[in-house]
Amino acid sequence: MLTCKQFLDELSDYLDEKTDEALRQKLEQHIQDCPNCWVICDTTKKTIQIYRGMDPYQMPPDIHSRLVSALERKMARKA
Amino acid sequence: MSSSPIEIDDEAAIVAQARRGDAKAFSELLRRYEGKIFRLALHITQNREDAEDVLQEAFLKAYEHLDQFQGQSKFYTWIVRIAVNQALMKLRKRKSDRSVSLDDAIDTGEDKVAREIAAWDENPEQRYTREEMNRILTAAIEGLAPIYRAVFVLRDVDGLSTEDAAEALDLSVPAVKSRLLRARLQLRDKLTRYFKRKGDDTFAYL
Repeated sequence: MLTCKQFLDELSDYLDEKTDEALRQKLEQHIQDCPNCWVICDTTKKTIQIYRGMDPYQMPPDIHSRLVSALERKMARKA
Repeated sequence: MSSSPIEIDDEAAIVAQARRGDAKAFSELLRRYEGKIFRLALHITQNREDAEDVLQEAFLKAYEHLDQFQGQSKFYTWIVRIAVNQALMKLRKRKSDRSVSLDDAIDTGEDKVAREIAAWDENPEQRYTREEMNRILTAAIEGLAPIYRAVFVLRDVDGLSTEDAAEALDLSVPAVKSRLLRARLQLRDKLTRYFKRKGDDTFAYL
């Protein structure tokens, strides 16, 4: 039987599906028996899902233009 | 979508063309990654001007040292590494009394990790508008220490593998993993106040 600390130590790998089968079974047994760890696991999973679904970042046009200008100056010097 | 004549997926070929001095090829690399690099710089420095400096320095350095780029790693991993170093230098300049590094000792106090245990709504994001969600998510990341911010953004926002994130940040794989776990748990904790199921009382952890 895993302790809560042992469970938390493996949580990232569990959510990334990087644990081996034997460990995965132990972790799943722990969540069934421990409501606190079930909540932590479920809400951490949702945290990751929400961030993965975040809107793609829109590059501000003024910052893009200044970057391109700086690069063009550099290229002109190198040429 | 792109009208560029360059094959979209053949990044190695684009890099090779850029190394031969093809300005168009380098512009393609810039177009692909400038947004990600700027967002990462913004997350680390938390200052728009500093982030813009980091963005420019990273691409100008990459252009200048393109001949030193080793083809074994991905271009994005390589330029992230340059950008992260620049961003950390900015932070160090701002807090000149304290050195800032991705290797700073991490706080392992469990009480800092899981303060609020409360179940969330099934689809908590539906309670907020898109703008509100973006604000909540960004503010939560900003509440993390720089070491966690960089690791979390690369792994869970940009979707890099643990190995690529380790290479980009010059950290070991276990160091990336332990920081990612802390970052995820801290964010979970910060988001709980927005997303917890109404009427659920928080109960103490352990």
